[in-house]
Amino acid sequence: MTTPPPEELAIGSGDDVVRVRQLVRTAAGHAGMSLVDQTKLITAASELARNTFVYGGGGAVRVEHVVNARGRAGVRIAFSDRGPGIPDVDQALTEGWTSGGGLGLGLSGARRLVDEFELETEVGKGTTVTVTKWTR
Amino acid sequence: MSGEDGGQGRIGELLRDHRESVLDRWVALVVAGLRGRLTEGELRGELTELYGLIERAAGGDGTASGELHAALADISRSRARQGFSPSETAISVFTLKQAVYEQIENAGDPATYTAFIAFSQSVDDLGLVTFETYAAAREQVIADQAEQLLELSTPVVKLWDGILGVPLVGTLDSARTQVVMEALLEMLVDTGSEYAVIDITGVPAVDTEVAQHLLKTVMAARLMGTECVISGIRPQIAQTIVTLGIEFGDIVTKATLADALAYALDHSGVAVDAKAGA
Repeated sequence: MTTPPPEELAIGSGDDVVRVRQLVRTAAGHAGMSLVDQTKLITAASELARNTFVYGGGGAVRVEHVVNARGRAGVRIAFSDRGPGIPDVDQALTEGWTSGGGLGLGLSGARRLVDEFELETEVGKGTTVTVTKWTR
Repeated sequence: MSGEDGGQGRIGELLRDHRESVLDRWVALVVAGLRGRLTEGELRGELTELYGLIERAAGGDGTASGELHAALADISRSRARQGFSPSETAISVFTLKQAVYEQIENAGDPATYTAFIAFSQSVDDLGLVTFETYAAAREQVIADQAEQLLELSTPVVKLWDGILGVPLVGTLDSARTQVVMEALLEMLVDTGSEYAVIDITGVPAVDTEVAQHLLKTVMAARLMGTECVISGIRPQIAQTIVTLGIEFGDIVTKATLADALAYALDHSGVAVDAKAGA
């Protein structure tokens, strides 16, 4: 099976969030994920893309197909911005806490929707969130 | 004289002296490029006007170049609206170069070639003007359509006396939610409905923003004394909502629109006869 090349997309407006969802939908379908897993990954991507746009002031997303050591296919998505960064990561991952006007479930919820979640952030430099979901 | 004022003057002269043959050739080239989507008569009218303006601009008439830009903008706008491709639009301008070049070749005066280079550059500039206007016009068309779609896709329908239905299809962003909420609340006032069924079967993904918008709409309706039922929650959406940690609290949710309607009918005291239904 040929794996499609990684795709990148800039996130600079609310419409781009919709484009990210479509990109992830295609990638998840290609990786052979079930409808539930597809929806989970798309929703997580939607949350993170909106965070990148709203809190990070815009950035970019990279969607790539990956295969783990046991030959299982998956999709890895990296969201990066050069925004203000997250001063307190633990607080940001707390349910119901929001620095904006949201429900405060986006970041913590996205973490539960995927298999691997990695958050790198530096105050004043920006934030990169990388998530991976494996097909079952 | 003609040797000294060089550049544009020489071309201006050529455009004036060989008006008929250059214009004919230009019209023929454009007609060929558009493959009969516009008649020769229509094109000749447009191009004759442009030709006159280009001729005056090449002769150094300042006001003509302003008029020329406006005329070109008009033409590219109408091309964009009629669905012509960018190259079909630009061809109307760029083929003039070929028409003029062929004329110079026939005359065989080498000095005119130098002038042609400058002329060619100004035609390129005009080409860019058509391109920009074309793109702007297309953007406008898209923006108009997006707005129409926004209104089209958010109807509020009456399902029964006192029961409204709001079928949502597509992405639910802040702008859409605002339209939905306004339409729903207005309809509530008009009909005095006690129940509203918000159906999200057509919403592909429910994330926290969508959920928040839904909750706000439900709260607003509740303040007006209407109970909202959210229906059309598919299995994958249900699992995702639970994993995300979104709580719909005491809001009634149903899997299908039929279930939601049955619930609303039941609570408004309408008995559905089982014999008639099933």
